[in-house]
Amino acid sequence: MDHQDALDGEEHVKIDSLTNAVGEWLKGTGPESDIVMSSRVRLARNVAHFPFVSRATEQERGEVEEFLRGQLAQSPAGKQLEYLNVGQLHEVDRLFLVERQLISREHAEAEGARGVAIDAGEQVSLMINEEDHLRIQCMHSGLDLTGAWDQIRHVDDALEAVVPYAFHRRWGYLTACPTNVGTGIRVSVMLHLPALVITRQIDKVFRSLHKISLAVRGLYGEGSQALGDFYQISNQTTLGKTEEELVGQVSDVVPVLIEYERRARDFLVRESQLNIHDQVSRAIGILRTAQTISAEETMQHLSRVRMGVLLGLISDVTISDINVLLVRTQPAHLQKLRGMELDSSDRNIERARYLRQHFENGEGDASNAN
Amino acid sequence: MKCQQCDKSAVFHITELEEGDVREVHLCEDHARGYLTQSEGEGGEEGKESPTVGGMLAGPLSIAKTAEDLSAIDQKACTMCGITFFEFRNNGRLGCPHDYVQFEKELEPLISNIHGATEHVGRTPPSFPDGTEFLTAAVGKRREMKEAIECEEYEKAGSLRDDLRAIDEAARGISLSQGQRPQTLPAAPSAEAPANDQGTGGAADAEPGEAGNATSP
Repeated sequence: MDHQDALDGEEHVKIDSLTNAVGEWLKGTGPESDIVMSSRVRLARNVAHFPFVSRATEQERGEVEEFLRGQLAQSPAGKQLEYLNVGQLHEVDRLFLVERQLISREHAEAEGARGVAIDAGEQVSLMINEEDHLRIQCMHSGLDLTGAWDQIRHVDDALEAVVPYAFHRRWGYLTACPTNVGTGIRVSVMLHLPALVITRQIDKVFRSLHKISLAVRGLYGEGSQALGDFYQISNQTTLGKTEEELVGQVSDVVPVLIEYERRARDFLVRESQLNIHDQVSRAIGILRTAQTISAEETMQHLSRVRMGVLLGLISDVTISDINVLLVRTQPAHLQKLRGMELDSSDRNIERARYLRQHFENGEGDASNAN
Repeated sequence: MKCQQCDKSAVFHITELEEGDVREVHLCEDHARGYLTQSEGEGGEEGKESPTVGGMLAGPLSIAKTAEDLSAIDQKACTMCGITFFEFRNNGRLGCPHDYVQFEKELEPLISNIHGATEHVGRTPPSFPDGTEFLTAAVGKRREMKEAIECEEYEKAGSLRDDLRAIDEAARGISLSQGQRPQTLPAAPSAEAPANDQGTGGAADAEPGEAGNATSP
């Protein structure tokens, strides 16, 4: 059944235009984008004259959503954003936004009035009625935390001119969870660290990060396992330091991690090239020929292929291709691209078909190309 | 309730808050001492592990605190949104901005444990450098108005409605009305003021979910 029948026309068009687009952060064009997939900054804000979301009545949530949507429409920042009423979206479309990292899984699964405003390049998204009334996010390709901070700062300034953010002189911006109070800022980078995983140095690196108060998570945020050697590094504290200091806390450590990963890649090429070439070739072989494949297995193989591209073992595939495939082989993306709902086993078949189609032109082994 | 590690009665009821996940720990005094000492050790010399609400108990609510002490703290309620400290401990989320004032003493050690700091030094809203407590008063007034309507106290309800309208107008026009709000709006209550001073008729006793759902009619 075509689930899109359930959508009203306007929301339908907005989601469809996203399906066919590629977010700026996926393009692999930013600094150090061989290792740093994306840089993200988010701010947690609440409206001063309402209870926090988990305490608000249904009516109050509705009023907060209406208030913020209205104020956003008046703000210069809001005029460049497309608003989606998340509560009215079909489940697949909500999951689609999660896979695109435009909303959180919690926001997708929540109840009641809520929405998201997104810019055309998918760099800025504003979630209304997530854990806090407002979660502003800005995501850039590669290592560009300063750029992401600059952009979000301007969005925040513009909104602050029309929205009374809950603020306390001592505690700063007030949030539903005390772990976010103060600046309300979460600064993170998504790193691809396959060589550190293969050389078994990753746990040591993570222990070091914990010691300097940085958190490590898997690709899809809180509570998830790291799939395909993608890890998110972020600040744990939000109070007692300025926003710039907290941005610096994460951005200072990333070059060190990049250096570790590069050294591990050099080591692999030097000491076990045949073994690595074999792993990469098998990965692309499976992606090119599989008849049914899960999202998890796909991500593992795409991770190996991505490393193969960066080590010069694979030609004719770009980092941008792999980044886009990582997102488009997720369950909701497959269903949106196919234009119909698919159960788990049909998705695995569709995923394999999509991958075969993508790789069928003989993209692959660099040694064949020579 | 029994201690999770032996057959003695649990006297320490700890809520761990780790990166958004909530976990409850119930321990006797002996095991609580070991648990809290261990938590402190983890966060010791080389750096901090994930911040936890349990860790907060290691500080101000010292080992000598009894179940009765904790129970008294648990029953404290916000005069604005009505949430009790017990409810916060259970779900890890506060009810409204005023909770940071109402539960300041209880939250201070928790926040210190999480962030290693107790003072904000980052950005400040240009319109509200001194805070937005006077706007958060609306949270309590909505509850009061709902109660007044239920009790058929229409004069009181009307007055509250006017107050709420004033707050709403101030909130919508923040860039236009700077400097006037504290004079034109009702003052926010202090954290220490008893609930009845706000005319809530005992907001502290309100049931969860009763928080105001009425606004300007």
